Amino acid sequence: MGIIKDADKEAIKKELAGLTGPVKLINFTQELECQYCKETNQIVREVSELSNKITFETYNFIADKEMVGSLKIDKIPATIVMGSDDRGIRFYGVPSGYEFISLLEAIRMVSSGNSGLPQQSKEILGKLKKPLHLQVFVTPT
Amino acid sequence: MVIADMVEATEFPHLAIKYQLMGVPKTVINEELHIEGAIPERMLIQRIAEKYA
Repeated sequence: MGIIKDADKEAIKKELAGLTGPVKLINFTQELECQYCKETNQIVREVSELSNKITFETYNFIADKEMVGSLKIDKIPATIVMGSDDRGIRFYGVPSGYEFISLLEAIRMVSSGNSGLPQQSKEILGKLKKPLHLQVFVTPT
Repeated sequence: MVIADMVEATEFPHLAIKYQLMGVPKTVINEELHIEGAIPERMLIQRIAEKYA
């Protein structure tokens, strides 16, 4: 049984119709001790099925240690939105409510290869002296 | 490199405690720079530039 309603699927399909570049959605999950792992995996899978530009991969947080290590995942459920390269975009927890919109936005952004940031911001970010790790805390809306 | 996480706080209570989460949204940068609430993009970049550029 699908999580995303059919009517919503149609709307999302339209949202994603303009995708140009390929997007990979990678979900890290595990069987036990993870309240929303199964649901998150299914939601992300369903989104990936709504565009032929999106591919979907699932990895196990315990078994697939190499992937966990190389993508620096430290908690689950985790969903990465990437193009051919890692763009540093991570969703930890179930992407529900407003965060679902953020997920679609991230997909569009990665696909176009353009963050939409003003040029000045891009220049400042280009001058960073060390890696930046931003964590934005949200609650389900 | 920039890594940006969306973290659904109710699923990770240990982080809510670690970062003393009183309300959302809250942005924590490099474990040390805390920004409460939603701020304009320009302001976020400014705060980042002050400390890290």
